[in-house]
Amino acid sequence: MADTAALSTAEIQTLRQSPAALLSAAFDAGSVAGTVELRELPFLTMVGIRVDPASAAGMDLGTFTGGLPAASGIVRTSGDTSVLWLGPAEFLLVAAPESHDSLGGEFPRALIDTLGSGAGQVVDLSANRTTFELSGRRARSVLEKGCSLDLHSRVFNTGTALSTEIGGIPAILWKTDEETYRILPRASFSQFLGRWLLDAMREYASDEVP
Amino acid sequence: MLLIPCPNCGPRDETEFRYGGQAHVAYPENPAELSDREWAEYLFYRDNPKGAFAERWLHSTSCRQWFNMLRDTSTYEIQAVYPMGQLRPAAGPTAPILPTPVSPEGAVK
Repeated sequence: MADTAALSTAEIQTLRQSPAALLSAAFDAGSVAGTVELRELPFLTMVGIRVDPASAAGMDLGTFTGGLPAASGIVRTSGDTSVLWLGPAEFLLVAAPESHDSLGGEFPRALIDTLGSGAGQVVDLSANRTTFELSGRRARSVLEKGCSLDLHSRVFNTGTALSTEIGGIPAILWKTDEETYRILPRASFSQFLGRWLLDAMREYASDEVP
Repeated sequence: MLLIPCPNCGPRDETEFRYGGQAHVAYPENPAELSDREWAEYLFYRDNPKGAFAERWLHSTSCRQWFNMLRDTSTYEIQAVYPMGQLRPAAGPTAPILPTPVSPEGAVK
């Protein structure tokens, strides 16, 4: 085991392993180009924000992040930073991996400074969840095998995120494009959900039986 | 499976929720003055009606908020959903008093 205390940040980047890294070859093999594809987006920066959006601290954080979402499902995006609604006073900020302050970015340090001594909580949750990206014209059919929400596009619109159950485990489902979904399971569930999705995708690799 | 209308998230499957038992069980004003029997009744004795029953629910998978629900224990009809701390609405075979859904899942069924 490497002595991480003696390593520079750049060296640590090469050593760290994402929760579903073991499955990356299986994801490539199980993806059906143009039909349904699965990949992991590792190490996204995630910050948990717990604050009453109507309070002074909530207003400050809202101004900084470009607005806290007001109701279930809403995602406020500015640039490549998005804030997801998890509860009336609970939000999840998702940003690119290089936005983390250990890599020269601003999160979560800037949010902690913005909150200051106000009533609330800002916690670095980057290692709490991993992110899968499921895309393709069959992506919705795959998700519908294990998610009871109505995922039809007339109800579940692009730019909406809901935390729910997928394949029997809790996860956040975020529709980022017409046929692209991000799924955010907790790290300890990621291998289970990765294999579950691969199994659900398998039928689309064969030709349709007429 | 029950389809429970969460006041924050809209209708969701029962598996996303945790049951919290009977609602409106007040903590005794002076617990030290209670007899053993009264204390045991506060801790363990709960109503078991056939018909409308006020109970607490937690939407543990999604918004993690508690709320109260008035449910008929024999027909499973959900008669009302109301916030914690609010008084129990009158029971009856009326249409469910549902909060306006704020979720993009659409209208209450």
